Amino acid sequence: MPPLLKKDPLINMSRVIKSLALGALLLIGSGSVSAYTLEEFQFDSPEQQTEFRELIAKLRCLVCQNESLAGSQAELAQDLRNEVYRMMRAGQSQDEILDFLVERYGDFVLYDPPLKPSTYLLWFGPFVLIGIAGFVVVRTILAKKRAADEPISASEQERLKALLDNSPDSPSSSSRST
Amino acid sequence: MIPELGHLALIFALILATAQAAMPLAGSLTGNRPWMTMARPLAYGQFVFVAIAFVALVEAFLTSDFSVLYVAQNSNSLLPDIYKVSAVWGGHEGSLLLWALMMAGWGAAVAAFSRNLPLPVVARVISVMGMVAIGFLLFMLLTSNPFERLFPVPPEGRDLNPLLQDFGLAIHPPMLYMGYVGFSVAFAFAIAALIGGKLDAAWARWSRPWTTVAWVFLTIGIALGSWWAYYELGWGGWWFWDPVENASLMPWLVGTALIHSLAVTEKRAAFKSWTVLLAISAFSLSLLGTFLVRSGVLTSVHAFATDPERGLFILIFLCIVIGGSLALYAWRAPEVSEGGRFDLLSRESALLLNNLLFVAFTVLVLFGTLAPLIYEAFDLGKISVGFPWFNKMFLALAPFLALLLGIGPATRWKSDQPWRLTKLLWLAFALSIGVLALTSMSAVSGDDLWVPVGIALAAWLLFSHLIILRERLKHKQQGWRQAIVADFSGNGRSFYGMVVAHLGVAMFIVGVTMVSNHQIEKDLRMSPGDSHEMAGYRFEFLGAQKVNGPNYRADQGHFLVYRGERQIAELFPEKRSYLGGGMPMTEAAIDAGFFRDVYVSLGEAVGGGDWALRLYYKPYVRWIWLGAALMALGGAIAVSDRRYRTARARSTAPAGAVGAKA
Amino acid sequence: MSKSVRFLIPLIIFGALVILLVIGLGKDPSKVPSPLIGKSVPAFSLPELTNPGRSVGDEDLKGQISLVNVWASWCVSCRQEHQALMALSKETDFQIVGLNWKDDAQDALAVLRMSGNPYAMNGYDPDNKVGLHWGVYGAPETFVVDQHGVIRYKHIGPIDRKIWEETLQPLVAQLKAEGA
Repeated sequence: MPPLLKKDPLINMSRVIKSLALGALLLIGSGSVSAYTLEEFQFDSPEQQTEFRELIAKLRCLVCQNESLAGSQAELAQDLRNEVYRMMRAGQSQDEILDFLVERYGDFVLYDPPLKPSTYLLWFGPFVLIGIAGFVVVRTILAKKRAADEPISASEQERLKALLDNSPDSPSSSSRST
Repeated sequence: MIPELGHLALIFALILATAQAAMPLAGSLTGNRPWMTMARPLAYGQFVFVAIAFVALVEAFLTSDFSVLYVAQNSNSLLPDIYKVSAVWGGHEGSLLLWALMMAGWGAAVAAFSRNLPLPVVARVISVMGMVAIGFLLFMLLTSNPFERLFPVPPEGRDLNPLLQDFGLAIHPPMLYMGYVGFSVAFAFAIAALIGGKLDAAWARWSRPWTTVAWVFLTIGIALGSWWAYYELGWGGWWFWDPVENASLMPWLVGTALIHSLAVTEKRAAFKSWTVLLAISAFSLSLLGTFLVRSGVLTSVHAFATDPERGLFILIFLCIVIGGSLALYAWRAPEVSEGGRFDLLSRESALLLNNLLFVAFTVLVLFGTLAPLIYEAFDLGKISVGFPWFNKMFLALAPFLALLLGIGPATRWKSDQPWRLTKLLWLAFALSIGVLALTSMSAVSGDDLWVPVGIALAAWLLFSHLIILRERLKHKQQGWRQAIVADFSGNGRSFYGMVVAHLGVAMFIVGVTMVSNHQIEKDLRMSPGDSHEMAGYRFEFLGAQKVNGPNYRADQGHFLVYRGERQIAELFPEKRSYLGGGMPMTEAAIDAGFFRDVYVSLGEAVGGGDWALRLYYKPYVRWIWLGAALMALGGAIAVSDRRYRTARARSTAPAGAVGAKA
Repeated sequence: MSKSVRFLIPLIIFGALVILLVIGLGKDPSKVPSPLIGKSVPAFSLPELTNPGRSVGDEDLKGQISLVNVWASWCVSCRQEHQALMALSKETDFQIVGLNWKDDAQDALAVLRMSGNPYAMNGYDPDNKVGLHWGVYGAPETFVVDQHGVIRYKHIGPIDRKIWEETLQPLVAQLKAEGA
């Protein structure tokens, strides 16, 4: 049984910490540990090398809890790295590679979801919320300009002073009348 | 025996917490003074019992008592003692106990340092903290008892996750939890004020130091986590926008807004209901973070052991605490007056804008973290939201915050003149434009705009704060040095705290922009004797050898780093296999410097003594954490302001005398 | 908006959040739906595991309903579902096609010898060449392919009685009815 055990995800992937992954791993195996460095992926130009790095950093390792292809040691991540490498070496563009992966694994592989109707909510949603908040703030500021002045009231002043002055268990407890 | 004592102590703590939640509050509502005075002894008592439970668990770890399930899962007899202690909070149950300990600790601290507060306020605040404590103690006792026994007793424990066997991570959770839980004090003050119907400037002054202290802890905690990820995970990143990281960032962002908003409420009695809402939100987001991390609704690299029962419990707890306080808010806040008038151009407006931006950041983080869940819940597909999204979103807003940060502290309360501000700040503005021009010209590649922009913004913060400092001191008769010292030991701590924290922001900006744009990263294969040049440094690989640690075996690489002909560092990166099993761990070796780190991380042996490995050059990366440290230091300086100090010093001194009265 | 209603907004937002979290609690975030549902199976050709001279390809998945089961000898839960597959292999409405994924042929054959062979045929894919095109990210996974070679469903995790009776069997029956 040694070869079986060696590949057993329960034993080798304990790095995929004791999260619900444990539950999931009982169901799903994905092979063992693989390379940690990207040394084996060599390109002709440093630009391509950088492009490769940036690309795999933006892709999600599906079996990991939340790691990119660049950072994951799972074997499936290595397979996908190999595939991306092969496609890049074959001269395919980033978009072609992304399309290839999305067709097979879905939008879930992309850490950087593209702008399209289904992601409008993601890209614009927060700004709509922030816009509403900004509108409220501006209105508040404008309203404040016209508001009647209401400085800190006399009794509040007194209590603040009491805090500054020496008065342990201050008399303010008795002068709490506003 | 001892684990059972711990368990029993937790039950006692729960009973005391229940009394703490009920009696003082009831007393404050009915005017029953003896009941109100019970608040302090109950808070102390609860703390003592939780502390007993905590010590019992530490003891179980130190003696490697594997009959305790939690110990067996998270420790090992070979584990060094320091990690046996930190393993106490290495898992779900123990970290909850740590959380409860801190909760009780903050309660006891409020009891001890509130001598100058009116008794009904103290009673209500401590009651509210008791209510929150009930939730956590119940959660622990019902679903996550750390003292559960295991039979048969295993001969050896499973070991602490190797990733957590590290000094940085030993102290990161306590700091973080101190921050999370610390916000419960601000929360309790806010709820107490809502219950009492007394929201005023005094309330803000009481909450302020507590809030700032909690914020300081949270800042340190987050920075430690980021630093740990940087050197321990071996890929040189310092932030990944993982849900767990986001869970800690959200309370920090709201807490930062709260600190600023409290300033307005204290000085000008304005924004009261808004400040209360922030105080409720800061703690609510801490709780929400706990839920996200421990319920398993989101996938995260470092999630805790999760199960739906726990998730459901926390969710119900969230509903009671957050829902209840927001309902109370909806009921009571409309009666709160909204404070004084201020002009379009005024400190109030600037701080309101600050709040808007921080809340906007919080919305971004919350939205980005939950977006996958939203998409799944509405069947819109399964998506991932990662660092590219967060980076783009934050970069869209961050420059505005930095610009505002240079102006805000220069503005006057209530009303300011545009002309005065222009006269004051034009020089700082001109100088930073100069910096922008210079850095743009000297930018080697020229295609990246962010470096000049980031550095110019940092320069803007530096110059504008220097001018603000000069403005503050310009009427002083002494030389500037004596003036600063006098001012600092006088009434100026808040001010200097602010300046230091804001300069921390400037430093942080430089660190982030430089390391994001100018870092170099290389994956190589090296044979013993090989050298590699990178960023002006020459790395010489002397080979690797086997070494043994207390509970691991490792391959240890040996590198010499040269700058020119001079050897500047000797590095020993390791690849460790822990005896407890698990993936091999990389232990990166870093030569840290003020302006740059060089970083070597060992990959795998590729035959013939050759190794695949990773080299990094990280310019200014320290500035990220130094910036955070400055922010925390600024907070600490601000808390030591005379306003709070006098109240505290004078109140603690005659504590005995007051004790009789209390 | 009246003043007091404004103060209800935080509570309302929180309520919405709670609803979202309740829904979230009921879902398993580690399951990724396949974008291949409703599409034809990707073209492929693999050597047959038990008979390397023969090949298994997309053409073999046309003309009748197929359950394409991704498995490996190293996968613990594949062994769990093996008995269920053995039972299913006696049915005649569909064929079970194996995709032996990232495995070693000797180990895989040993499993089939010991526990029986429920598969009509078995594609041998040690290097994840074909699995990649099917969007496989773990084992076991099971695809339901209709008579026209279109992927209709993907189940992630082992098949047990409950999954079969509640999800897969009705689907197979429906596909059969469509085909008839």
